[in-house]
Formats: sequence, C-alpha cells, structure tokens
Amino acid sequence: MSSQDIPEENLPAEQDHAHAHTAVSVADEKDPFSDPGLPPHEHRIQDIDERAAKRSERVVAMLFTVSMLATVGFIASYVTIPKDKSIFVFPIGHISALNFALGLTLGAALFCIGAGAVHWARTLMSDVEVADERHAISAPPEVKAKVLADFKQGAKESALGRRKLIRNTMFGALTLVPLSGVVLLRDLGPLPGTSLRHTAWSKGKLLVNMNTNEPLRPSDVAVGSLTFAKPEGVEESQEDFQNVMAKAALMIIRLQPDNIKDKRELEWSHEGIVAYSKICTHVGCPISLYEQQTHHVLCPCHQSTFDLSDGARVIFGPAGHALPQLRIGVSEEGYLQALGDFEEPVGPAFWERG
Amino acid sequence: MSTSENSQSRERGKAPAGERVADWADGRLGIYSLAKSNMRKIFPDHWSFMLGEVCMYSFIIIILTGVYLTLFFHPSMNEVAYHGSYVPLQGQLMSEAFNSTLHISFDVRGGLLIRQIHHWAALIFLAGMFVHMMRVFFTGAFRKPREINWLFGFLLFVLGMFTGFTGYSLPDDLLSGTGVRFTEGAILSMPIVGTYISYFLFGGEFPGHDFVARFYSIHILLLPGIMLGLMVGHLILVFYHKHTQFAGPGKSEKNVVGMPLLPVYMAKAGGFFFLVFGVIAAIAATTQINPIWAMGPYRPDQVSTGAQPDWYMGFAEGLIRYMPGWEVNFWGHTLVLGVFIPLVLFGLVLGAIAVYPFIESWVTGDKSEHHILDRPRNAPTRTGFGVAWVTVYMVGLVGGGNDLIATHFHLSINDVTWFVRIFFFAGPVIAFVVTKRICLGLQRRDREKVLHGRETGIIKRLPHGEFIEVHEPLSQEQLHTLTAHHQYEPAQVGPAVDENGVERKIKGSEKLRAKLSNAYYGEDNQIPKPTVEEYKEITSGHGHH
Repeated sequence: MSSQDIPEENLPAEQDHAHAHTAVSVADEKDPFSDPGLPPHEHRIQDIDERAAKRSERVVAMLFTVSMLATVGFIASYVTIPKDKSIFVFPIGHISALNFALGLTLGAALFCIGAGAVHWARTLMSDVEVADERHAISAPPEVKAKVLADFKQGAKESALGRRKLIRNTMFGALTLVPLSGVVLLRDLGPLPGTSLRHTAWSKGKLLVNMNTNEPLRPSDVAVGSLTFAKPEGVEESQEDFQNVMAKAALMIIRLQPDNIKDKRELEWSHEGIVAYSKICTHVGCPISLYEQQTHHVLCPCHQSTFDLSDGARVIFGPAGHALPQLRIGVSEEGYLQALGDFEEPVGPAFWERG
Repeated sequence: MSTSENSQSRERGKAPAGERVADWADGRLGIYSLAKSNMRKIFPDHWSFMLGEVCMYSFIIIILTGVYLTLFFHPSMNEVAYHGSYVPLQGQLMSEAFNSTLHISFDVRGGLLIRQIHHWAALIFLAGMFVHMMRVFFTGAFRKPREINWLFGFLLFVLGMFTGFTGYSLPDDLLSGTGVRFTEGAILSMPIVGTYISYFLFGGEFPGHDFVARFYSIHILLLPGIMLGLMVGHLILVFYHKHTQFAGPGKSEKNVVGMPLLPVYMAKAGGFFFLVFGVIAAIAATTQINPIWAMGPYRPDQVSTGAQPDWYMGFAEGLIRYMPGWEVNFWGHTLVLGVFIPLVLFGLVLGAIAVYPFIESWVTGDKSEHHILDRPRNAPTRTGFGVAWVTVYMVGLVGGGNDLIATHFHLSINDVTWFVRIFFFAGPVIAFVVTKRICLGLQRRDREKVLHGRETGIIKRLPHGEFIEVHEPLSQEQLHTLTAHHQYEPAQVGPAVDENGVERKIKGSEKLRAKLSNAYYGEDNQIPKPTVEEYKEITSGHGHH
C-alpha cells in the first residue's frame, strides 16, 4: 500500500509531522526539561484509509467466525470422540484424543473472541489519548471538620464516654462472646495424649512382609536387601490401616554383624537383621532409598540420609535425630518378631517428645 | 445518526428500549450517576498493566472450572475399591476423593480438561500475582495512596498459596498426601501448641478420615470467599485511586492519560479475558498436569522420588530442605528448630515484602501522593532490596528442587544443598550490591544522554583529522521523561540542641532513620539528575560532544 492510494484530505497535515519530531533547537528556551504536553496524535492507517479499515473489519469478523466454528467443533468432539480413544501427537506422545480435541476447540473458540475484540480495539476504535484530572484522595479540611464534629456529637449523645459502666460491661460482653466459637472448635479432634509415643508394635508381634503378606523368617532377608514390614494382624481393609501404618511402617535390612558399628543396634538386631522405623524423623515421609554398599538410607522428600550401620544416625540433610530402632528377635516357630514397641516416638519431632 | 433516531422515537412518544431499561434501572440503582464518572474512565496503556488482569482472569477461570469440579468430586476419605475405566488401578482400595478424581479424569467427558484448566489456571494465577507484585514493587506503585491496596494484593498472594495447597491435596493421591504429611510434620514442630493444632486439624492422628472434607470446605468456600472479597476491594481501590502511569510528555501527578473504558478498555480488557482463557484451555489440551492415576492413592508408608509441590510452595519446601536438623531437648521437651525455623522464616520472608512500603515511607518521610511510577533505576536501594528478596525466593525454589537439580545436572545432592545454604545468606547481599551498582550506572547513562544527547553511532572525521562520534540531542519529550523523577534529599538528624539552646536527647529511631535515608539518597547512592543550568551550559557553549 503506497500513500498515493490514500485520499489527499485524509492524510495527516504536514505540521503534525514536524511537531512529532521536535528537536531540541525548538525546545522551550527557558526550561528544556519542562513538560511539552501530550504529543500530537499519530494516525493509524485505518484512520485515514477506509480500505485498511475494511480489512481490519474483515479480520475481526473472521476471528469471531472461527470462534463460532470452534464451538461447533467442541460440541462435535464431545459427541463423537470416545473417551478412551488415544492418539499420537508429535511431540507430546500418546494422549487422550477427547481431551486434546475439546481443549483445542475450546481454546480456539475463546482465543478468537479475545483476538477479535483486541484487534477491533487496536485498529478501529479511537486511539486518541485523553487526560483525566485526578482528585485528591483526602477530604478538604472543612469536610474533615464536619465529620469530626458529627462524630463528637454522636459520641456525646451516646454517652459512651460518660457512662463508664455501660462501656466496660459492653466491652466485656463483646470480648467474651467469641469464646463460644472457640470452645465449639474443641471437638475438631481428640487431645494428643501420649498417642504419638505408641505404635501398633508390641512384644511378640510378628514382622509381616508388606508385599507377600507372610510373616518373615530370618532366611527371607538377604544381605543387602531392603524389606518393608507391618505388624501381624494389620490388614489394608481395616478402617484404621492408614493411621496404623503412618507410625508402624518398618524397614528391615540385613548387615554383616561385623559391620554394625553401634553397640545397641547390634544388641537389638538378630543375626545382623535390623529393623528401623520407615517414617523419617524430619517431617514424616516414608524413607525408601537404600544404598547397599554404604548402608545409607535416603528420604526422597528432603534428602535426609541415615547410616543404618551406625544406629541410623543422621549423616546429611535436615532430619534432627536418628531413626528409631525396633528390637527384634525370633519366635519359637522361627519367625521374626518384635520384642516390644519402639522405645522412642517415631516420625517427626514434637514439643512433648523430650 | 443518534439524533435522527431519537427524534423518530420521540414522534412515537417513546424512548428506545435500551434507554427505557436504563431509566428503569437508574430509578432503582442510580446507574446514570455511577456511569457518569466511570463509563469513560481513563486507563493508561502499558504492557505491564495487564499482569494484574492475568491474575483476575485466571481467578475467574478457577472459580468457573472449580464449580464444575464440585459437581463430580466427593470430598470423602471412605475407602472404596476402584471399578472405573482406568485399568491399572482396578480393584485397588482408595479413598472416595481419589476415586472420584479418577472418575472426573476418565469417565466424565471433558472432566480431565476442566481439571487441567483448573490446575493450570491456579499455577498461572499464582505466577501472575508474583510478577504483578514485582511490577508494583519495582515501579514504586505501592506508595501513598496505594499502601492498603498493596496489602490486599499481598494477602491475595498468600491466601492463593494456601488455596492452591488445599486444592491439590484434595485428590488424596500419593504425591499430595506426602505434601500433607510434610505440613503435619511442620505443624508438629510448633512449640507447645503443635501437637494440639495437628490433632484438631486432622481430627486425631495423621492422616485420619477428616482432612479431605476439611480442606475441601477451606478450599472451595473459606479461602476463595475471602479472596473474592479482597479482589473486589482491590479493584474498587484501583478504580478509586485511578491507575498509575509512567512519566512522559503530558503526564503529571495531577492527571491520568490513556484511553476510555468505553469502548477501548472494555474491548481490550474484555477480550483479554478470552485470550487468557483460550491460552489456558490450549495448555490444558496439550500439557498434562498432576496425573494422579500415575501416582496412585495415598499411603503413609509409600512415597515416590522427585516429590515436588506446586511451584509456589517450592520456596517453603526449599527452606525446609536446606535447614540443618537442629533439635534442642530440655526439661522433657523438644524444640524442633530444624523445622520450626523454616516455618518462621517462611512468614518473615513473605512479611518483609509486605511491610516494605511502610518502611520506605518512614525513611522518606514523604506524605504526598504518588501517581507517576518510578523507573526501577531511579530508586536503586528499593530495586536492590527487591532483587535481593527475589533472590532469597529463588534460592528457596532451587533448594526445594535440589534433588531434581542434582539428578538433571549430575551434581551431588550434598553440594547443591550446601550451595543453597550458603547462598541463602550470600545471595541477597550480592544481589543487592550488584543491582544497586547497575541502577546507578543506568542513572549515569541517563544523565549522560540528557546532557550530551543520544549516541548515533555515526563517526565523523573533522577537517583537521580528528574523529568524533555524532551525538544527537534529545527531543524535549525525551528530556522531560528522563528528568521528571523526584530526587530526595537524605534526612538529617535534627540539631543537638532545641530552640531554647538546651541539649535534647536524640532518639535512636531518629538516628536510624537518618542512616537509612542516607543509604537511600545520600551521596553515591543516587546520581544527581542534570539541572537545566548544566544542560544549557553544555548545549550553548561548546557545540559538539
């Protein structure tokens, strides 16, 4: 589009141009930094050429039309595409065809409305900048004086300041009444008591393999392996299973007895088999990464690292104390069993832990 | 055209239908008076002003999609066996919450799309608020009269974080359950009240059977209700204060220059809602988010590696990861500093940015209204503080993803953790110093440009052989824009004797204020902007430079 095609009378006047590029030479002599005022409006092509404006109109209308078609596409996809159909889309891979189609058609339907409206605003609506006056936020002094006088009058009429008995009992009543609301919150839960100190483990409870659901024998635990266990009698179908496991989850590994550095750990083990709480002492994630060679376990949540050959003491990361060990032995039938509950609370530390 | 229409309708003795409806409404709501001041309200134009719009629109999208999701979601922790159409989990025990989320994802047509739009919009909402907040901070838009609106926005950001957290915890999947466990551990670390709050929140021991239902009511009613109120308040104040604007020709503290609400902003802002919604829908169509079926239902004795919260919680996650595991045992009690300090720091770091406007206004002692935005370079100390704050935040994010950074870049997890431990302290200091230097450098360049003009890149050889670069003088518009900012004088400690010549006690706060003020506006902490005299001397005197 060359400027010759534009009707002469629509072209911006020459002096407009000159003004827009005012150089310093014509700047304010007294104060060249002063505000020169709003720059003159520069016309868009749509303002001076009706054909360009028509083109913009068509683009906007086309975008709105595409949006309508996309909505039709959305409904068609909803009706025709089975919900279990998957398609391959490069580079995403195999994805749900329905989700893909619905999302793209909905996206297009919405986006085109937005694009149309914005294009309309940018090319066809007036882009002349106008200035609006601001008004001070704070009230003028006389308004303030009036309000203060009104308030004083009101306060005086209420006699709140004079009749202290009313004031004090009212404040008392208003202070006390929310207490009912606080009291009502009491039954949100039971008091902790000593429940955080106990787990489902007790003397004589067999160690049951989480995977096979069978009681473990010492021979089932190979050197270098990591086994997860639960107390006997705890089943997934039980109502309190999650609560029980949140404290009782156990990990069992077998070390060479010579490799056990901690004396108590050795005493509480059986033929090198040691049982530790699986619940991290940091904030309670289940620990699951075991490094055979070093006997370190790592919590995958916050990377606390414990040395299982040395009383599970913390060797790295944010945990504050060692993992509690469960004292184990062998029952008469030759199964691994607990010789009591954990001696200290499992899981994250808390105020009453001591 | 409208006049002819009017006269035609007058002939029939009736106003047009639209006008009659408006009359009816005006008689009851007073809409004409409302529209008089607002219909042609002026909005200034700057790309960064749309950041807040992104937040508002994603919030609306979250509400729309969220209402849809409540139609199908069962906020219950009753254990059920799965019998839906996702084969790998057939027969597995799971909570009804998880079960219904699978149902939404696989058996409700479009359910997965709405779920993904909801989650993506939440991430974008929080990211939008973060960037919007930074825009407001670095341009000084929080100054009088907008401090309260800054606090409204800050509260929206913090509540948004917790609404997001309670939301992504609802499906009761392995990943979010681990996050809830983390929350429980953090609550337990609080001295004296920790165990009680935990038992009251979870209805007893973790995880119990209550938290999904409780989080649900917090997530869909309590927090969004407060947020909706805050957002309406935020918008009312934006309308009332009128928008800020950058300095420029024709713009002053007394006016606002831009285009009217009707029609330009109606179309632009209204259209922008559809653009945001459309983009989020397209993302949700193509980019999977939170595939709970791949993680499985929550079990307190199971976990997956690479567990990450949603991004806005990564900062808190980082604090808790790189804090050393300090525990103090005394008199039968444990002070779990290793978890409690991060919990406190989380509040302190967020609080620091919230109270900043009040600190700055105390230091400047400036009581006037500010509607012209600062360029970040012209407030070097503020900008330095802001970048330092962002650095702390980002160090937290890096720390929160230390495992992923270690595996992706083949680094030692211990090294990454030590790096963030050190950088938590060193990072903000370095960031502050470097940022301030850069700001001062940019101020010098502006000064240079004003006094000597723009470098054109044209090298000219003079008759006697000397080469000079031609500098082009700036236009008055540019000169005005570059010199319009106000420069404060550093506050001084008042005289040591009062008006009667008696020695007076100088308060510590007064000294502190003078010190801070000097750090903000003293020599070497801001570059004096060129004066008209300097400019005239150079331009009139020796010509080329």
